[in-house]
Amino acid sequence: MKYELTCINCPMGCRITADYDGKEVTNIQGYTCARGKAYAQTEITDPTRMVTALVGVEGTHAPLSVKTRSPIRKPLIFDALRVIRETTVRPPVRIGDVVVENVCNSGVDVIATENIEA
Amino acid sequence: MRKTDILIIGGGPAGLAAAVGAYEAGARDILILDREERLGGILKQCIHNGFGLHTFKEELTGPEYAQRFIEKVLAYQIPYQTETMVIDVSSDKVVTCVSRQNGLERIQAQAVILCMGCRERPRGSLGTPGERCPGIFTAGTAQKFTNLEGLMPGKEVVILGSGDIGLIMARRMTFLGAKVHACVELMPYSSGLKRNIVQCLDDFGIPLLLSHTVVDIHGREHLEGVTVAQVGSDLKPIPGTEKYFPCDTLLLSVGLIPENELSEMAGVKIAPSTSGAVVDEQLQTSVPGIFSAGNVLHVHDLVDFVSEEAMKAGANAWRYIRHELPQGGRKVPVEMGFGVGGIVPQFVSEDARDKVSFMFRPRNVYRNARVIVELNGEQVYAKKAMILAPGEMVNLSLPAEKLAGLKEAESILVRIEVPEA
Repeated sequence: MKYELTCINCPMGCRITADYDGKEVTNIQGYTCARGKAYAQTEITDPTRMVTALVGVEGTHAPLSVKTRSPIRKPLIFDALRVIRETTVRPPVRIGDVVVENVCNSGVDVIATENIEA
Repeated sequence: MRKTDILIIGGGPAGLAAAVGAYEAGARDILILDREERLGGILKQCIHNGFGLHTFKEELTGPEYAQRFIEKVLAYQIPYQTETMVIDVSSDKVVTCVSRQNGLERIQAQAVILCMGCRERPRGSLGTPGERCPGIFTAGTAQKFTNLEGLMPGKEVVILGSGDIGLIMARRMTFLGAKVHACVELMPYSSGLKRNIVQCLDDFGIPLLLSHTVVDIHGREHLEGVTVAQVGSDLKPIPGTEKYFPCDTLLLSVGLIPENELSEMAGVKIAPSTSGAVVDEQLQTSVPGIFSAGNVLHVHDLVDFVSEEAMKAGANAWRYIRHELPQGGRKVPVEMGFGVGGIVPQFVSEDARDKVSFMFRPRNVYRNARVIVELNGEQVYAKKAMILAPGEMVNLSLPAEKLAGLKEAESILVRIEVPEA
């Protein structure tokens, strides 16, 4: 099957085409650097994204911002968001505190990205 | 009257970095004023990642990036006053502010750094016809509701304009359970970053309607829908192409305007091409001792460059107080040649030392181009660029020796050269 991608690594936004037979990505064309080639590889076989979201905080309506520590597989995004949305934390919270461990068995923790005082 | 060496207006990314830059240059008597409850400015609500790749070699979220600078300000024990609104700045650097804590106050500064940032272009400036009903927000206002207040503006969304904040909000609203029906862009290209179009629209199948605009807004008690039409090359709607989109929320992402009311009160000259202050290579405005940095000077793409610029303004404010800046010499104007828009600085001191940086926005998309700097018609610098686009600011840094001929120069010309078709 033929794939057409826009590389998201830099402002060049290279249009990359490649073939994928379900096993191997071949005939990658249109990239202008090694990062573009690698992007095509993962974007076709197993795309990943960072997820940033919000969780509730006890005692206030203002939410706490969180992120996945590293990118997670794209099909997991909405499951992860559901788990994150159902989570509330109790202050104090520091940047980097784990809010959800191993979200949806992705192997990735969700961590706080801001401080909340007690 | 209360006195301070360096007064910084605004505690966002620019203000924080200006304070850090001033302190690290040797200043100790610094004061940051901010109208909000907490330091950090707009970064507080930018909870997505992608900040700090240049500065910290990491991809941080907005609050994390802000915290890096807030921690420096705290470590240096730089005083700051939040919930304090500056209402006047005079050309002799008397700053008038109001706060619940201190009431009306006048502070005499030796140097002032303007770091007020920018605001979003509102609906009123678009001239879009239709009802003036609730349900219409600038993208940044909606972002504040969702990310800081924990409130949802609506469930069925159309976005007008494809600036980065609009794209980021398309994804945020989707993440929060809303349905984003379309992102409508007047121009034949998006002003947002390509990576944001892929990650925020394409990932969720949100259509980007280029060369389209909203031509009517419907709903009396609340927004019920918008009419979208295609536009021609004259950017005027094409009759017969109208399409109705039911929605309860319209988000606007149609540009940013530097917030320079205070600058103008101080008599600072404003450049039409940036809507920010006219500055020299030291980031000093037309009023001696008043400096400007960040989005109030010109709208940046990357916060990293805001921090870099503001640190420089902070250090230079201290050098000004110490009489270490070139003062009173002739200033050589910087001219914008082919393809160059919104250049900063607009003047370079003839006795400029150190390196001189120029930032500008390409007027169009240019491929395999060269960026050229000329002094008295003679090329002193050239740099190749595979692609230049209005959405990506160009940043040039010229070593002082390249500008050796500055004393004799009438002007500096910055231009883009494209290969013959």
